[in-house]
Amino acid sequence: MTDLHLLTASEALEALNLGKISSMELTRACLKQIDALEPGLHTFITRTTEQALSQALAADSMRAAARQSGTPVPPLLGLPLAVKDILALSGVRCTCGSKILEHFVPPYTATSVQRLLDAGVVVLGKTNTDEYAMGSSTENSAYGRTYNPWDIMRVPGGSSGGSAAAVAARMTPVALGTDTGGSVRQPASFCGVTGIKPTYGRVSRYGLVAYGSSLDSVGAFGRTAQDVALLFSIMAGQDPLDATSMDVPVPQIQLNGDASLKGLRVGVPREYFIPGMQPEVERGVKLAVQQLAALGASVREVHLPHTEYALPVYYLIAPAEASANLARYDGIRFGERKDADAMWEVFYNTRGAGFGPEVKRRIMLGTYALSAGYYDAYYGQAQKVRTLIKRDFEKAFESVDMIATPVAPTTAFKAGEHSNDPLAMYLEDVFTLPCNLAGVPGLAFPVGFDKGGMPVGMQLMGPHFREDILFRAAHAYQQITDWHKRVPEIAR
Amino acid sequence: MTLTLAEVEHIAQLARLKLTPAEKELYRAQLSAILEYAARLQKLDTSGIPPTASVLPPRSVLREDEPRPGLPVKDVLQNASQTEENQFRVPPVLE
Repeated sequence: MTDLHLLTASEALEALNLGKISSMELTRACLKQIDALEPGLHTFITRTTEQALSQALAADSMRAAARQSGTPVPPLLGLPLAVKDILALSGVRCTCGSKILEHFVPPYTATSVQRLLDAGVVVLGKTNTDEYAMGSSTENSAYGRTYNPWDIMRVPGGSSGGSAAAVAARMTPVALGTDTGGSVRQPASFCGVTGIKPTYGRVSRYGLVAYGSSLDSVGAFGRTAQDVALLFSIMAGQDPLDATSMDVPVPQIQLNGDASLKGLRVGVPREYFIPGMQPEVERGVKLAVQQLAALGASVREVHLPHTEYALPVYYLIAPAEASANLARYDGIRFGERKDADAMWEVFYNTRGAGFGPEVKRRIMLGTYALSAGYYDAYYGQAQKVRTLIKRDFEKAFESVDMIATPVAPTTAFKAGEHSNDPLAMYLEDVFTLPCNLAGVPGLAFPVGFDKGGMPVGMQLMGPHFREDILFRAAHAYQQITDWHKRVPEIAR
Repeated sequence: MTLTLAEVEHIAQLARLKLTPAEKELYRAQLSAILEYAARLQKLDTSGIPPTASVLPPRSVLREDEPRPGLPVKDVLQNASQTEENQFRVPPVLE
């Protein structure tokens, strides 16, 4: 077999299980693709090549031994994976895209990553991210920006832009991301891959470096809904190390060839089709909704009246939580320290020198929203409006099984386009933020391309803990379309 | 909504962030614009609406209070920039 890096995770696992390929061959094919494209795309912050090769070797011997004895092997044995550099992997530095953690080596592994390691994955490296996952373009990384494989003048989206670009460029079949306000779904959309933000509480946050604790979710990227579902079903489930992880059974997601969506009710909210959005995005998503209907789903309009408030609510709540979470970076127990004679000066200097502009901006914004005299007007009011947004979804899900929307108002924008206007950058998240505020699951996948050749993404959102419906619908859609099979020219 | 330089300096002090004069001016302008945008929340009537701090149902998660081993001291200290005799080393806090 040639071009093993082009295989999806499901195809690769089938070939591995049939003994047609070895994990070493598969891993080397991915490493070769990374060697070829990484100088141009910059998707990784840290590569773990030696570790990957020894994991692949171990996977192959484990498989050989299991074949001898007739015992089953772990479900992902020998499958390459890239991990966003904000999830801890013991012994491998975790920078979070920040200068302040340039030399930080976590002494433990995130539960989500550990579960995949236990299932047999081979880790290729840690991928680029906006600093502390704060951004929508992966331009806010202290280690340089990531380039979109479809057009290197454009951003890959963010904050999990390194993972999304690596999957799109066929450097790895699957990758992990995290999503606080759209950081899996928006880069999935911009790079033409499939990405899940699970229900809040579905996947353990243990070992995920905290940004906005009431919003953060660990998610995954792949080139098909089937591959993403595979990773999701292994990562999901309660974890004693994260008190917010919920004891809700994880359904076995069976995706077969049957593409019928008969009986499924899809809601389309008019609030997600706004003036000023790119016409090709609107057209692409509306056409995809028609295709879901052709597969048997019934389509109706739903109303999410508080959508327009999601942006200001998010940009008060997330920075407020961030300002508290990032207080731990004081240069004492970990991270780069800027020394001084007095303790308070160490704090000022360390944080002033270690954090980049977007992180400082959000810490300042959050500190203000929580400060005496402004708490009720800003943070308190935002929490109340969050309730209204959550209720919008509860009401909508009384009459539909899922909601279909665009992922972002535009396809991938040019690098530097929003560099001097944070508010314009925040507006890129307008369709992904409500999902995090309501805690519901969201899935993004490609439904077309614009005339510039950039992918258009659709978002499906479901009720709490019903990721299975989203996977089913996206899988059915991918049985009758081939957008997800397109390969960027650079990666062919 | 326009923040003053003094307000920006006060926030930076609360957040323990050392900012250059150029950063202070930048954040004064940018935070003012963002807060101006956020002001649209004020026009919503939220009387009687409870705040949402978490989307999860309120509950307590408890475990048996049994002693367990923690990380070895060496691992805990490995990322500190300065250590001494198995402790983090810091400048004097009290004179």
